[in-house]
Amino acid sequence: MTETTAINDFYRTTFEQCGQEGFLDQPEAVRQMRHSAMDRFVQLGFPTTRMEAWRNTSVEPVAALEFHLPVEASPIDPRTIEPFSLRDSFQAMVAGGRLVPDQLPHDGLPQGVVIRGLADALKRIPEQVLPHLGRYADFNEQAFVALNTAFLSDGVFIQVPEGTLLKQPIHVIYLSTHATALVNHNSQLPIITHPRTLVVAGDNSRLTVIEHYVSLSGGTRLTEANGGLTFTNAVTEITAGAGSIVDYVRVQQESDDAAHIATVQTHQESDSQVGMHTITIGGKLVRNDVNTILAGEGAEVAMNGLYLVKGRQHVDNHTRIDHAAPNCTSTENYRGIMDDRGHGIFNGRIVVHPKAQKTNATQSNRNMMLSDTAMVNTDPQLEIYADDVKCTHGSTVGQIDEETMFYFLSRGIDRETARRLLIHGFTQEIISRIEADSVRMSVDKLVSQWLPDGQDSINVS
Amino acid sequence: MLEIKNLHVSVEGTEILKGIDLRVKAGELHAVMGPNGSGKSTFAQVLAGRDTYGITTGEVIYNGQNLLELTPEERSREGVFLSFQYPVVIPGVNNTYFLQAAVNAQRKHRGEEEIDAVDFLALIKEKIKLVQLDEGFLNRPVNEGFSGGEKKRNEILQMLTLEPKLAILDETDSGLDIDALKTIAEGVNGFRSPERAFLVITHYQRILNYIEPDKVHVLVNGRIARSGGPELAHELEEKGYGWIQAEETPNN
Repeated sequence: MTETTAINDFYRTTFEQCGQEGFLDQPEAVRQMRHSAMDRFVQLGFPTTRMEAWRNTSVEPVAALEFHLPVEASPIDPRTIEPFSLRDSFQAMVAGGRLVPDQLPHDGLPQGVVIRGLADALKRIPEQVLPHLGRYADFNEQAFVALNTAFLSDGVFIQVPEGTLLKQPIHVIYLSTHATALVNHNSQLPIITHPRTLVVAGDNSRLTVIEHYVSLSGGTRLTEANGGLTFTNAVTEITAGAGSIVDYVRVQQESDDAAHIATVQTHQESDSQVGMHTITIGGKLVRNDVNTILAGEGAEVAMNGLYLVKGRQHVDNHTRIDHAAPNCTSTENYRGIMDDRGHGIFNGRIVVHPKAQKTNATQSNRNMMLSDTAMVNTDPQLEIYADDVKCTHGSTVGQIDEETMFYFLSRGIDRETARRLLIHGFTQEIISRIEADSVRMSVDKLVSQWLPDGQDSINVS
Repeated sequence: MLEIKNLHVSVEGTEILKGIDLRVKAGELHAVMGPNGSGKSTFAQVLAGRDTYGITTGEVIYNGQNLLELTPEERSREGVFLSFQYPVVIPGVNNTYFLQAAVNAQRKHRGEEEIDAVDFLALIKEKIKLVQLDEGFLNRPVNEGFSGGEKKRNEILQMLTLEPKLAILDETDSGLDIDALKTIAEGVNGFRSPERAFLVITHYQRILNYIEPDKVHVLVNGRIARSGGPELAHELEEKGYGWIQAEETPNN
């Protein structure tokens, strides 16, 4: 028996055991989907570097270990999450893969807007969830989606009805390390969580959603308890109705020894305008698969990414934009900063389907290298099957330019400050594209803290 | 204020400056003219401290200090300013913030209190009127999307805000239309004072119609071939650089 089979068997066994715990009251359709997904995961197994889409990323560190599901929720001290809060937002929290009920927003939600736990939503309003759940993220082809779907139990369900404009952002905090305390006093078990998020934006609705993946830091006993090994395997599905405007911001700042695998799949109807911003700050082994399908005519997506990679972090960004309808526009901008022995990857695929005439697609990836030992791979992939199409792409890898540095120095600004300002400036091209002011400022603050000699924030406005 | 003795500079093994001697007193404005490739820009950049230029021999004394021993940022904080021939674009770095950081670096160096964002904004809004740039430029990234003329106005804005003792203007007039040229000349003229010195480096005499120099030097082939009063600039305008180059050649 190979090691991989052993791990697959382990997840199969875990799957069968969790039939007894918390999964039983799910609708039959979900149970069937989970069974199919489990079967599919066992067939697919973990991806290997022999596969084209995974050739730069070995998931060996997570494939070789038995990661356990958290068992029970423990209370959250609101003070511990205070630093992650966002003013004027509707906030929800998922800890160890489960929604924390007492952290749900109560007041001020417009009529018909739903923000609740996915498990709860499946129990109480399955007719609103089932038409969408699992319809966009494909577990037949993607092993990690299959694994997430097999263990689907909780997460967040967000729904904004037709024509409703939600001014305040919805902010969902996902605590990964909190899960470590949940195992039955067995402190050495590595923990896996499978948070699942479903966002349904009705026709002509408008909303901003922030997913914020964090670890509780500060050397708490939680992280020490299991040597800091956590594995977040997150899946988010977003469906943007006709004419809707959705700004989706994903910030990942888990601890620097976490494994984080994310799949975001968006489905866009006609004339929808979607922003997808993927900000990666934390994690040791990170893979982001961020995709959208422009399914209706006139849909637009702005797909932005910023990856800040240092230490021995490995951050792999795979994006895919499917132009499946005519007259759609996609604008993709990814920026990476690599320091120390960090390894960043950008692989951006744009597929223009035969009927997607008048497609307008631009893609740009730029990388700033701060050390000689850092590494980046950049790989744009255009597949065009229509003839009336405008597509451009470009990528660059560079260091801080000496002439630019001299300009700072000649104005009396020292090298370290100049460097920090330049790096920060480089990030602005992505951050400035986030719609909501409070979200943009909050992300900017997090990024500023990452900078060399990071101060709290650099006032640029 | 500035005394340059026998300055030799090589770039990648080729000697560009071959022994420059120059004295500029406080209150004076000197024009350094010369044909393309004569070493004008190298001269400007060396004074500002660009380390890619190798000084092989020579001395530069600035207000009693050995200027060549100072880093570029120290030179700036000590009051040396270079207006770049090609101002650098800095994406994502706000123009006001950049200049505030520069001013505060200088203040810190002098042991003064740093200026806060509110006071600085009030200050820079006054200064920007002098170069006739719209206030909108304050909130844009440094030089990003600026036209050639706007970049040069922005350089002069930096000069007026940093209040240097020695301002070196490297081809600040190149590529400017007549209105921009006049604005920049007015900015410079209003800034002249008995405590301040200027080196105006230019290919053309045109800017000197608006900024009256005390002395004019002609840089040819890495040396100052001739020095004189303002009338020398007019002579160059009429005759070009050829006659000086011709006189120089036998000496090489």
